[in-house]
Amino acid sequence: MHLYIPNIRVVLERGQAYIMEALAQNKKHRKTATILSIIPGLGQLYNRQKLKGVLFLLLAVSYFVVFSDLLNIGLWGFFTLGTELPRDHSIFLLVEGIIAFIVIAIGIGFYLFNLIDAFKNGRKRDEGFALNSIKEQYHSVIDKGFPYLLVGPGFFLLIFVVVLPILFMLFLAFTNYDLYHSPPAKLVDWVGIENFTDIFTLEIWRDTFFSVFAWTIVWTFTATTLQIAIGIFLAVILNQKDLKFKGFIRTLLILPWAVPAFVSILVFAGMFNDSFGAINNDILAFFGIGPIPWLTDPMWTKVAVIFIQTWLGFPFVMAMTTGVLQSIPEELYEAATVDGATIMQKFKSITFPVIMAATAPILITQYTFNFNNFNVIYLFNEGKPAVSGQSAGGTDILISWIYSLTLKSAQYSKAAAITVLLSLIIIVVALINFRRTKAFKDEGM
Amino acid sequence: MSIKRGKFIRLTLSYLILLVAIAIVLYPILWVIGSSLNPGTSLTSSSIIPKNATIIHYKELFEKTPYVTWYWNTVKISVSTMVLAVIFIGLTGYAFSRYRFLGRKNGLLLFLVLQMVPQFVAVLALYILASLVGLLDSHFGLILVYVGGLIPMNTWLAKGYFDTIPKELDESARIDGAGHFRIFWQIILPLAKPILAVIALFSFITPFADFILASTLLQSDETKTLAVGLFSLVSNEYENAFTIFAAGSVLIAIPIGLLFLSFQRYFVSGLTAGGTKG
Repeated sequence: MHLYIPNIRVVLERGQAYIMEALAQNKKHRKTATILSIIPGLGQLYNRQKLKGVLFLLLAVSYFVVFSDLLNIGLWGFFTLGTELPRDHSIFLLVEGIIAFIVIAIGIGFYLFNLIDAFKNGRKRDEGFALNSIKEQYHSVIDKGFPYLLVGPGFFLLIFVVVLPILFMLFLAFTNYDLYHSPPAKLVDWVGIENFTDIFTLEIWRDTFFSVFAWTIVWTFTATTLQIAIGIFLAVILNQKDLKFKGFIRTLLILPWAVPAFVSILVFAGMFNDSFGAINNDILAFFGIGPIPWLTDPMWTKVAVIFIQTWLGFPFVMAMTTGVLQSIPEELYEAATVDGATIMQKFKSITFPVIMAATAPILITQYTFNFNNFNVIYLFNEGKPAVSGQSAGGTDILISWIYSLTLKSAQYSKAAAITVLLSLIIIVVALINFRRTKAFKDEGM
Repeated sequence: MSIKRGKFIRLTLSYLILLVAIAIVLYPILWVIGSSLNPGTSLTSSSIIPKNATIIHYKELFEKTPYVTWYWNTVKISVSTMVLAVIFIGLTGYAFSRYRFLGRKNGLLLFLVLQMVPQFVAVLALYILASLVGLLDSHFGLILVYVGGLIPMNTWLAKGYFDTIPKELDESARIDGAGHFRIFWQIILPLAKPILAVIALFSFITPFADFILASTLLQSDETKTLAVGLFSLVSNEYENAFTIFAAGSVLIAIPIGLLFLSFQRYFVSGLTAGGTKG
């Protein structure tokens, strides 16, 4: 691949130089067409592409006719967030403002396309090529437009249910939207980075943020590493040639993955109940151990959620690892046996490296998954038990804390600020991970 | 002799470990089945082997709670999400794989970044937006949110698969005079069935696995999905309904579990492809 690039470049440069030389005397059309295209369509008309020119002109005019109100109010609303009650609803205005920005971005995209199109066709004329006729233009629109037709619907949906909410969240983090500044009764204002400084300087926020953050990290690493370790361990045990009932045992062990997680978590919540649960009353009592406060003592709740996530998560790792193990050639192990390697040595030098090479990126996504594993934390005990001196529960991770801040205490802007911090963390980790994956390299990003 | 003994020890140990693992895996499952058959109503009376087994809780589940409605809601949402997601993702994945168009690279990059941020971190924004446009408490709104959230990651998955289908196929079809749509519909789609099946499965299972979006966007009892409804059975709304909850759990776990087990290898292949291919 590397050898090709300079070659192509040399060829291109030579070709370009040749054309430039031959046509140096004439750049008139491309200049005029581009300048005229400052008003969309005129450049195309100048290039004698009547249909396209009229279409572009119409599009440009209708853009301003249709969107002028939205752009006007949207931008005004975005910057002021409303000035007068009860006429202005700050949150409506913010959303309109974001939509206005999206519309402006689309407009700029079209405008650039119009300029480039005029320039390219002008250049074609300068170079003496014939321009496409109307019929050819029609075909070219179909050919060039088809991918946009395919991507369009999905992209449109994506803009409104994914991109818009994320932008909205981002902007919300810089406002004072909470219970006391809540439309329609009150206006919301821009407050700059106050939410972020509050989180890091006000004692109640700072203490809570850091204790929740610390637990989120501990939780992510312990639960994920355990589920990976146990998954690999069981896969290796199950992969022994002389073991019987392999298929049956594997199916049984995959059950936690097969049952919807929310069902299992709610069942566990019942089993771990302090006074009536089966864990305390049946299992621990059977071994002569006194009841453990699973739901009321933060330490024990943490142990319980880690156990539950391990239970839920190991089957996927096991199933995936099994696939990898079956692809390792038997000869490798035979050769190692001949050389006198022990079971542990074989695992360390053959099995483990192969598994890691094949599955590392997916295992890392398991970490990011648990970092945001809302279901286990919230459905098991709603992030409780309560802890004195902080506004989050003892097992709350960032995402479940955000959820409670939003839906229970209406601390919208603080929740948004924490969401921004959380997203930054995820994006950084994910980017580091994905930069190494194959697809990324294939596309040359 | 010592080799034989070593093998014996190794196998015995293996069976012991597997036995413990199976016990830990099966206990909660058997326990909830047992609880659903227990005569009492509360957690206190739950046990793994019920003394006077009864199916009364299954009856109560249908008569006293909106369980059937929840089930129907979830299936409806799942099927709609699946159909829409497969259509949208199939189209975008195909376009990104086969066409070179202005904005393609930026589009792919955008999808890559978006798939990293889990959709539900914007749950607050979705809640406010849904209430602005009147889609709060509506299944349609929730379906759109699910489909939109599925697009980024699965488009990469579909694109990766389309990339493996040789381009010569489309080219020869084009020479034979097939149009854009016909090439997609008659040549590529039949070959892409495996990946579309994986995407369909992922999409179908999403509403069954999601709690946070459904619980935020759906408010009233009649619109709830199973996850939200079942949670309300064990939280305050229906006091002392643990055995009813258990019955409800069993009726979800069995069909979904069977469905899952029969398609399990697709899940593994889909997830691994998603991880290594982007």
